[in-house]
Amino acid sequence: MEIKKGIGVSPGVVISTAVVLDAEDLVIPKRIVPADQTQVELARFEQAITDSTAQLTVLRDQISVKYGKEIGGIFDFHIGVLRDKAILKQIAAEINTQKTTAEYAVSTVMRRYANMFLAMSDRYLSERVKDIYDIEKRVLKVLIGQKQEDLAHLTRDVVVIAHDLLPSQTAALDRLHVRGFATDVGGRTSHTAIVARAMGIPAVVGLGNLMSEVNGGDVVIIDGTRGVVIVNPDPDQLVEYREDEKKQIRMETELATLATLPAQTLDGHIVSVQANIEGPIDVDESLIRGAEGIGLYRTEFLYLTKQAEPTEEEHFQSYADTLRRLGGRPLVIRTLDLGADKYTQAQLVSPERNPFLGDRSIRMCLHDIPMFKRQLRAIMRASVLGDVRIMFPMISTLMELRQARMVLNDVMEELEDEGIPYRREIPIGMMIEVPSAALMATDFAKEVNFFSIGTNDLIQYTLAVDRTNEKVAGLFCPAHPSVLRLIRDVIRAGVRSGISVSVCGEMAGEPLYTLLLLGLGLNIFSMNGPDIPEVKKVIRSTSMEHAKLVARRVMSFDSERQVMHFLREETRKIIPEAF
Amino acid sequence: MPKASRDIVVSNKLGLHARPAMQFVDVANQFKSQVMVHKGGEEPAEADGKSVMQMIILAATEGTPLKIDAQGDDAETAVNALAQLFEDKFGEGE
Repeated sequence: MEIKKGIGVSPGVVISTAVVLDAEDLVIPKRIVPADQTQVELARFEQAITDSTAQLTVLRDQISVKYGKEIGGIFDFHIGVLRDKAILKQIAAEINTQKTTAEYAVSTVMRRYANMFLAMSDRYLSERVKDIYDIEKRVLKVLIGQKQEDLAHLTRDVVVIAHDLLPSQTAALDRLHVRGFATDVGGRTSHTAIVARAMGIPAVVGLGNLMSEVNGGDVVIIDGTRGVVIVNPDPDQLVEYREDEKKQIRMETELATLATLPAQTLDGHIVSVQANIEGPIDVDESLIRGAEGIGLYRTEFLYLTKQAEPTEEEHFQSYADTLRRLGGRPLVIRTLDLGADKYTQAQLVSPERNPFLGDRSIRMCLHDIPMFKRQLRAIMRASVLGDVRIMFPMISTLMELRQARMVLNDVMEELEDEGIPYRREIPIGMMIEVPSAALMATDFAKEVNFFSIGTNDLIQYTLAVDRTNEKVAGLFCPAHPSVLRLIRDVIRAGVRSGISVSVCGEMAGEPLYTLLLLGLGLNIFSMNGPDIPEVKKVIRSTSMEHAKLVARRVMSFDSERQVMHFLREETRKIIPEAF
Repeated sequence: MPKASRDIVVSNKLGLHARPAMQFVDVANQFKSQVMVHKGGEEPAEADGKSVMQMIILAATEGTPLKIDAQGDDAETAVNALAQLFEDKFGEGE
């Protein structure tokens, strides 16, 4: 048994068997597999060699055409190594006798050779160690890719253990059978955390070296509420946690009864609770939780899963699928919001020095009109299939908004010419997530049909804090009075101009801020599906009159600590079990 | 089982680096015979002539004496073909 403490980023308890996802750029720890798995590992290894060789053959031919046979010939050596029977035998023997994973066996044998190269006195030959690392990495990548593939088609429940989960990895997961995450690195706002909360499954991150202490098939308890992971728990703990699991299920059923009730205060004020989704796959779960529509469709996942730009048709298919599942409920599609992320930066020839202040989101789209148009065309084509609304992210000046609208007008004209039906009076909205937009909300309100406040970015830009930087992440706080004043002013500007305002950042899904946002006059709360019941519970347990009092009091504070303390007290009065 | 062997000296400048090692192994693999390569000099070692990794690990630099041993029905032709590679300096000219 091994107990590890990390950061609980998505609450709940799960007991399940582990699947470990190694990382090709890290040292692979020794992992034992059950005896009956050895044949599977041998087969995986053989397949990985075949696939890697095929990749290398293509690569060699491409490079040879482009740079000449001499350069391409480098890959002949790589192919030669993968065909070297002596090496293949050693790796197979490692899997057979040591009962390890294919990943570990490949890594061990290749590292052994790498060390021999490093020991050579001839500089020229010893440099070839780089080729050995390269070969190792290629095979590991294929092996890890296979496992990812398996995670998309699971037959039983598992928890995923990894160093860090990438968007491309989580996007491909079988959401029915993956029941929890535990990772070595990450923080509260890491990708793993966000995805886990969206899926409503427990997750613990920042566990240090958990990876090296878990073997595939081990029983693991992930306690996302307390931030604890237990590997191979003893019987007492199992009993205890099984109880917790049951309690959790009871509470969930209780919250589920809220799903069909309106988000109405005791004195009859009605707001709308909606869900944030990554794709059509999240719709059903959101509706079960009581979402009245989709307040934010993040379209990035389509790009991240394929690692390439989706076609117009692929965009259209996912929007159409989403609308089908929504059955007439509203759908706000946010146009592409990529740019400052790892994925885009890795694709750039020279990564930006300051990506969060760089060419991201709407700016990136306006720099690549053909790409932008492909998505807009798909959205407009889908606009006749349901209640579609379009939303531009990261708008910081009026010019940007007008440019985006111009591109959209172009698209409409093109569709007109082609005789393709679309909805001309589609509602157009914008995200308010840059302080400049928040400060000019009154001006923007004249040009759009709705606002949606993206609190995560608004906080980051207002407080100058990178929330993924662990050293300063503590300064990231939605309760900071400066942030609250911006939110108040945006809602006010919206109300005065008669346009709807929603919050679609994480703040909307935290019951702690529900009273405040309600009291400030927010119309729409858009959050991850699993958060809906609790937020709804707060709304249904208070009066608008009381919420307004709370908001007025909060706005008089000058520190985030006072704000949080007060909100916690007030919320606890309504739902004692909340905190 | 017929046997054949030949002593040669590595004469191309960069020694048995990746490309020549691949060439050697490609030729060795055309024969049924088992091929072993022994390295003399200061750090004696031996390699399976059909394993590119072992061949390159030999670290046979320019001037290293090597002995090619083949065992099998086509041992004689194998050794001839392999020794020829060294005589041709693996096509590296100089």
